[in-house]
Amino acid sequence: MAADGTPTTVPDIVRELSNRFGDSLFTLQPTADGMPTLWLPVERLHEVLRWLKTEAPLPYAMLYDLTAIDERLRKNRYGQPAADFTVVYQLLSVARDLAKPRTAAGDLRLKVALQGEFPHLPTITNVYPNANWYEREVWDLFGIVFDGHPSLRRIMLPPSWKGGHPLRKEHAARATEFDPYQLTALRQDMEQEALRFNPEEWGMKRGTDEHDFMFLNLGPNHPSAHGAFRLVLQLDGEEIVDCVPDIGYHHRGAEKMGERQSWHSYIPYTDRIDYLGGVMNNLPYVMALEKLAGIKVPERVDCIRVMMTEFFRITSHLLFYGTYCQDVGAMSPVFFMFVDRQKAYDVIEAVTGFRMHPAWFRIGGVAHDLPRGWEQKVREFLDWMPKRLDDYRKAALNNSILKARSVDVAAYNTADALEWGVTGPGLRATGCNYDLRKVRPYCGYENYDFEVPLGHKGDIYDRAVVREEEIRQSLRIIEQCLNNMPSGPYKADHALTTPPVKDRTLHDIETLITHFLQVSWGPIMPAGETSFMVEATKGINSYYLVADGSTSSYRTRIRTPSFPHLQQIPSVIRGQMVPDLIAYIASIDFVMADVDR
Amino acid sequence: MFDWITPELLAIFFGVVKAVVILLGLVITAAYMIWLERRLLALWQDRYGPNRVGPFGLGQVIADMVKIFFKEDWMPPFADKFTFVLAPFLAMSLMMLAFVFIPMTPTWGVANPDLGLLFFLAIAGLAVYAVMLGGWSSNSKYSLLGGLRSTAQTISYEVFMGLALMGVVLQAGSFNLREIVASQDGMWNVFPQILGFLAWVPAALAVVHRTPFDLPEAESELVQGYHTEYSGMKFGMFMVSEYVGIVMVSALTVALFFGGWHGPFGLWTEQIPFLWFAAKTFFFMASYILVRAALPRPRYDQIMAAAWLWCLPISLINLLVTGAVVLWRAGV
Repeated sequence: MAADGTPTTVPDIVRELSNRFGDSLFTLQPTADGMPTLWLPVERLHEVLRWLKTEAPLPYAMLYDLTAIDERLRKNRYGQPAADFTVVYQLLSVARDLAKPRTAAGDLRLKVALQGEFPHLPTITNVYPNANWYEREVWDLFGIVFDGHPSLRRIMLPPSWKGGHPLRKEHAARATEFDPYQLTALRQDMEQEALRFNPEEWGMKRGTDEHDFMFLNLGPNHPSAHGAFRLVLQLDGEEIVDCVPDIGYHHRGAEKMGERQSWHSYIPYTDRIDYLGGVMNNLPYVMALEKLAGIKVPERVDCIRVMMTEFFRITSHLLFYGTYCQDVGAMSPVFFMFVDRQKAYDVIEAVTGFRMHPAWFRIGGVAHDLPRGWEQKVREFLDWMPKRLDDYRKAALNNSILKARSVDVAAYNTADALEWGVTGPGLRATGCNYDLRKVRPYCGYENYDFEVPLGHKGDIYDRAVVREEEIRQSLRIIEQCLNNMPSGPYKADHALTTPPVKDRTLHDIETLITHFLQVSWGPIMPAGETSFMVEATKGINSYYLVADGSTSSYRTRIRTPSFPHLQQIPSVIRGQMVPDLIAYIASIDFVMADVDR
Repeated sequence: MFDWITPELLAIFFGVVKAVVILLGLVITAAYMIWLERRLLALWQDRYGPNRVGPFGLGQVIADMVKIFFKEDWMPPFADKFTFVLAPFLAMSLMMLAFVFIPMTPTWGVANPDLGLLFFLAIAGLAVYAVMLGGWSSNSKYSLLGGLRSTAQTISYEVFMGLALMGVVLQAGSFNLREIVASQDGMWNVFPQILGFLAWVPAALAVVHRTPFDLPEAESELVQGYHTEYSGMKFGMFMVSEYVGIVMVSALTVALFFGGWHGPFGLWTEQIPFLWFAAKTFFFMASYILVRAALPRPRYDQIMAAAWLWCLPISLINLLVTGAVVLWRAGV
């Protein structure tokens, strides 16, 4: 790849597409992340997607992400087709990633240019069913209409929302630009009435000839909903006939915030996306920016990053483990696991200074070097944890009641998982050996000796076992970090490293000026598009960033794993019972902040 | 001057005093059972539990009681008022009523009817009404589901609970609990009646809705099940009734299977009958808590399946074998 991001060789998929549909159909766009990015006319979209999903050699089974960009204020577009709005489809081919020999990453980004204030385009839910929520989100936040969508309605914002479509550029970003919010009694009643579930709107029947169904509102406040998540269940006795997940209660506009924070000051916001993932959230963001800026971080930084993210994988999985046991009715494990998490947080706190939201990674490095004596703290944790895990296996995972509750319950196979965009342990529990740390090693993961735990049934139990085993593997990785921590700087020596390197500032005025500007205004990233995917705690998390040559992002897209996982719920749980649903929800391991952003 | 004091009147007077003492003892034990549960759970879960109010946190129970008395007694506007109030009273009074038949020592106990065990079974059957009515009158979907689960569970478990205890009755030749205890002099029923005991344990757990049979109030599924809408003292009554139930069922287990006031190998049975009874009851109360700390909750249909496929056959076999042995001994 050339330095400006232009691929020197044409990726396989681009050649295959040109062979099939002709050269003239596509416009190839160079991007900083090297992902094949093609523009195509909206009329041929369906045809191309259908071919990619079913007929292409090594097909693209998963719609990984679907989002939009408001292009109206963008200055640097470098020969991209004229557009007021762009809809971006990102596909993932697990088959290509796992093919041997592997020639290129199984990513493909397709873009469709749209004209007009509120443009229309056809839905792709008939090709990729999981486009449903993504298209609703794009309509909700951009006002782009998807013709033929089964239920194009608000998803992030309340159904009664009158404030337009917030991710459009004309929409204000700050609360101070609005009148103060007031909740009068009348308005409260109105808002509550707007949330009343109407089965007919979802094509549900209120009953059969013999009896009525019960419609049960599970959430947004429910002990097992793991956050502000609402599920409306259509029940026949305790059997779930159908259900409608309702999200958006935790929406904070994290993507919009990215458009007015500086590149640097956005890092703490990423922490709060998957709030159990801590620095794991920083990683895809800073890595994407480093690609854009062309920063190569020192080996020590990679190793520190791997170690800290694996710590957070452990704390997140431990929380899953405990709450999963609790949701199937076992009361005690969660207390033990909180003790273990606290031990991990002791290490994290000693290194980063914070527990859950350290915001500790920086563009081009980490915030500071490891503290003196960190080895001993890490060693203590490594000595503590494995014995506890063995105990939990005996007490929880091998318990026959717990097995009876979770084996063969809420199972789905690999094909279903890919169809719904499931990644992470939920995908690996179906036996699909897809872990980005192995498939596309980053941060030097190729140098570590660890295994990818797999399940084979894709049921609740397998998902739990996979995560439990991942904790052990993370411990192995941390141990290797501990034994082989390279020496060297904790920041890259690069002009865009933030905060900038300070040693020479008091020696020459130019360095001082740049340092001052970079600290006060923040760094200016070169214009372009970039993204980075990491194997986060709950699945694949990625940031897709559009830089327009300024101190902040033009568009920040956060693709989180939990969003598609929740969309999959109805297809898995139909015909099962309420307690199964609770166990299933627990086994998804989501946090609502990660879903709603 | 004291002519009106007849021996009958004295007997009544002492009977009432005994009953009041036992009632107070029971309620206080039940209240402290809450403290015990919190402390024991904490011990087994690597935490402290309530340890601030008074020595060992013993004052916590009093503090909680004072708090719950002063809580707003809120009644949901959509509830069926009369039934809603009735349910917690039923729950508490039935559980306390069942304790009437428990013989604590050869001489202590509130009442000693000949059909004591049958009374207990009848009351255990009635107790489900408290839960069912509470769940139904709340007019809330979670409560209703809790109430329904409770009804279904009780129907399944009542069936073989009675059968499981018939072995004990056959062996003692009486429904009178005092006689049943007396008949265990030398050999506790748990040994000859081991199958009956195995079937009785889940049934006993089911009667008081304790883990793993706490489906009617499974908090991870049904929020709080049948008492979701209850608050203040009405909730408190449901709660205390659960603990009274635990004390009662533990005491009953001791009376039926573990020799009541008999010491092991007849040790000091004459000297400290009540202490033996109390110690054994305490052991079972603590085991209830241990079970709660250790086990997950099976699914509703799995519980039903276990009842019909395992417990019922076991109790039938037990009854058959016991019957045969009793007849054989009688030389028929």
